[in-house]
Amino acid sequence: MIDRETVRNVAKLARLGMSEQDLDLFGSQLSVILENIQILQEADVSGVSPTAHASRLTNIMRPDRSRPSYSPEALLANAPDQEDNFLKVNAVLEGE
Amino acid sequence: MTELYELTIHEAGTLLRQRKISSVELTQAHLDRIRAVDPKVKAFTLVTDELALQQAKEADRRIASGTQLAPLTGIPLAIKDVICTKGITTTCGSRMLENFKPPFDATTMKHLHAAGIVMVGKTNMDEFAMGSSTEHSAFFPTHNPWDLERTPGGSSGGSAATVAAGMAMGAYGSDTGGSIRQPGALCNVLGLKPTYGRVSRYGLVAFGSSLDQIGPFARDAHDIALLLQAIAGPDACDSTSSPQPVPDYSVALTGSIKGMRIGVPEEYWVEGTQPGVVKAVREDIETLRTLGAQVSDVSLPSTKYGVAAYYIIAPAEASANLARYDGVKYGYSYRDTDDMWESMEKSRQYGFGQEVKRRIMLGTYALSSGYYDAYYKQAEKVRSLIRQDFEKAFERFDALVSPTSPTVAFKIGEISDPYQMYLSDVFTIPANLAGICGISIPGGFSAGLPVGLQLLGNAFKEDVILRIAHAFEKVTDYHKRWPTAI
Repeated sequence: MIDRETVRNVAKLARLGMSEQDLDLFGSQLSVILENIQILQEADVSGVSPTAHASRLTNIMRPDRSRPSYSPEALLANAPDQEDNFLKVNAVLEGE
Repeated sequence: MTELYELTIHEAGTLLRQRKISSVELTQAHLDRIRAVDPKVKAFTLVTDELALQQAKEADRRIASGTQLAPLTGIPLAIKDVICTKGITTTCGSRMLENFKPPFDATTMKHLHAAGIVMVGKTNMDEFAMGSSTEHSAFFPTHNPWDLERTPGGSSGGSAATVAAGMAMGAYGSDTGGSIRQPGALCNVLGLKPTYGRVSRYGLVAFGSSLDQIGPFARDAHDIALLLQAIAGPDACDSTSSPQPVPDYSVALTGSIKGMRIGVPEEYWVEGTQPGVVKAVREDIETLRTLGAQVSDVSLPSTKYGVAAYYIIAPAEASANLARYDGVKYGYSYRDTDDMWESMEKSRQYGFGQEVKRRIMLGTYALSSGYYDAYYKQAEKVRSLIRQDFEKAFERFDALVSPTSPTVAFKIGEISDPYQMYLSDVFTIPANLAGICGISIPGGFSAGLPVGLQLLGNAFKEDVILRIAHAFEKVTDYHKRWPTAI
């Protein structure tokens, strides 16, 4: 069972704003999902190494050559706010 | 007389090259069909009619000059709204990307444009491809052309419905845990998930990067072969795309599966599978036997852990992939504050829907300190077990066969419990975890609703499952039936 504080903490880690109502809803839904996922603990994985990727490849390389890129205008076309070809955001460092 | 929208891609291709029809006529027929039935089906997030007619004219010019002809030249296709299309909105079914116009084309789109396709529109989907019903689209649910009160499955429900309803001759979707095969099954069309690495993921908006693959929908195996051929192959922009040579998939369609060894996984007959689905698939297996295949049972003992492992791994990867939506670079941005963190948190709160948030939460939890070993690492080890099951099975068998989905199409709103919805993908998830290929083909009906037959092939053995699909089609007519609800 996931308590409210855990939900609040996970939401903070994920930078996900959450209403009081959603804290309760996700708490109960995640608890049900995790209960069902408990079956994983029954699997005998002794001596088994983890699979991080289904790809059957290692170290695919491509030639390190310069290629044309995009103009700042093209890349900033979707930006919510911009100034002088920079993304504009609120102050990151909280000053005194 | 057959309507133009009823033709398959290979039939239309022949008529185009013989100059018996034009791409403009073919495209107009599909745009008319969209106008007639999409108000009921709601498969498209965007219909690109002007662009389509322009591309059709260009295709007709190419055909007239007889140069640079490809099997897909002049063919109207639909694209899932998770595949980046340069300058054309790519919403991922999300408020977050409602107005997002990618500055580049996905590699798949580059291949398709080079072939001279006609894009009729972008298709609806569960938000960020998370879901099995297309109900989690932020915009509207898509309806199943076989019964408008039911879902088309998901997450590529829009793509499956366009092909089922004759609004496009073929479509592309993406499959992370069954998102091509399950809607294919529920809408009575074929849907192929290629082997991991067969198709470039560049420009496919990421959900679970170790699981995602782009793949085609169509109304017969020959068309699937053409649609896969057009996009398969290595890509310098995706280091997980495979340098393995791409065979000629059409050549694989010999019509004969005599002597082919087909395994029936015992663990895929789980409680909860509808009797009508079991009955249809049992009959299909008999049909394969009649065609000369050697059919016998096989055990994949780790199957029971598939859904659980997937619902750790996919959300974990999603929680990392979706961290990029911060309201700074692109996408929805909450600006009604001076505080940067509040802006970020509220952008994500209002930009994402409930299912996406649920998965970000689940993934973040599974990766967080203290839970990582118990959940994520354990799931990755179980993933190895599932992969080993398939490796052993493919030593003895050329392909495996099962139902695609435990149920036929369910009603919109019928499944409200998230975990119940996750169980829709119980038969499709293992292939993504193992990175092998799979296809769903029309396998019959239960109370008037389509049942999908899933064929699983070893890595890079798309030709084998396509050969079986093709042979099966020659003796059945399920794939030729049209939905009656529209």
